[in-house]
Amino acid sequence: MSNTNSHVEGQQHPLSVYIWIWIALFVLSACSYAVDYYHFEGYLRWTLILIFMFLKAGLIIAVFMHMMWERLALVYALGIPVIAVFVFIALMVFESDYTFLTRGTFFSGGG
Amino acid sequence: MTPPENAAIQETNNSEGAWQNVVADWSSDQRAFKKVPWGKAMMWIFLLSDTFIFSIFLISYMTVRMSTTAEWPHASEVFALSFGGEPIPLILIAIMTFILITSSGTMVLAVNYGYRKDRIKTVIFLLITAAFGASFVGMQAFEWTKLIVEEGVRPWSNPMGAHQFGAIFFMITGFHGTHVSIGVIFLFIVARKVWRGEYDNESLGYFTSRKGNYEHVETMGLYWHFVDLVWVFIFAFFYLW
Repeated sequence: MSNTNSHVEGQQHPLSVYIWIWIALFVLSACSYAVDYYHFEGYLRWTLILIFMFLKAGLIIAVFMHMMWERLALVYALGIPVIAVFVFIALMVFESDYTFLTRGTFFSGGG
Repeated sequence: MTPPENAAIQETNNSEGAWQNVVADWSSDQRAFKKVPWGKAMMWIFLLSDTFIFSIFLISYMTVRMSTTAEWPHASEVFALSFGGEPIPLILIAIMTFILITSSGTMVLAVNYGYRKDRIKTVIFLLITAAFGASFVGMQAFEWTKLIVEEGVRPWSNPMGAHQFGAIFFMITGFHGTHVSIGVIFLFIVARKVWRGEYDNESLGYFTSRKGNYEHVETMGLYWHFVDLVWVFIFAFFYLW
């Protein structure tokens, strides 16, 4: 993480960095499409989808959006609030599991 | 010698006092985000709030899909497209994904040539990006039409399975498509400004009365990459899952 030449005249980086990341994004997109095309199922499918998704998102944020060259004060200001999203996901997983079980009981005539 | 505050600004992220720098930045007077143009900082904060909007959409999708007792429609088959022969699963969505990735690449080139003050190339790449964005919206319109007219998908019901499918699909892709459309409009506006040399001459902005600067192209780029970023998550969770 070098921060020496940035921000003086804006974010200037060699074109080759962008080109390589661009190619990587194409390859990753092709990989995630292949997951569907070759009918991977179950945990293998979900793991692969998540891996390719996070790699793509990470490359876009870090390089294309210049996050890896930004000052840490900005990186933390934008990164830390996102933790709330993961808390929300965890909450709703429990909630929807409960709803599913309740519906199962109700629709089968019980409850 | 440089004054202490400037010395702190010069420090790099990977130096030993990285955390001390964060504290120094945040506790300093007037500006927390040193050397970040205000437009860019504000765009980032807008994007953070937009992140929450799309997160809430995707979380509600997760909740609805996990809690329904009906079977969720198979996106792979719903979005298959046939070119005369066997239907190819998700082919249109795959093409749309590649279009957005390509447009992200051309956007990055526009930002880069903007900082090199290469006016013509910046305009060309901005217009190419806008064209890709417009074609993305066009394909989405095609997809919506096919789903509504041929498959009979409605926000309240559909013939393939769980009724929530339509509501989630139209809400999430509709919101994303709106973002792409707004992005295309702003790409044209920025391209026009670059073309007229408003960033070279530091002309005052119509609404902001601020001096024009090639940093605007980077701010525009942030928005455009964000639209691509959101699509990465929609593609993974809605279409592939």
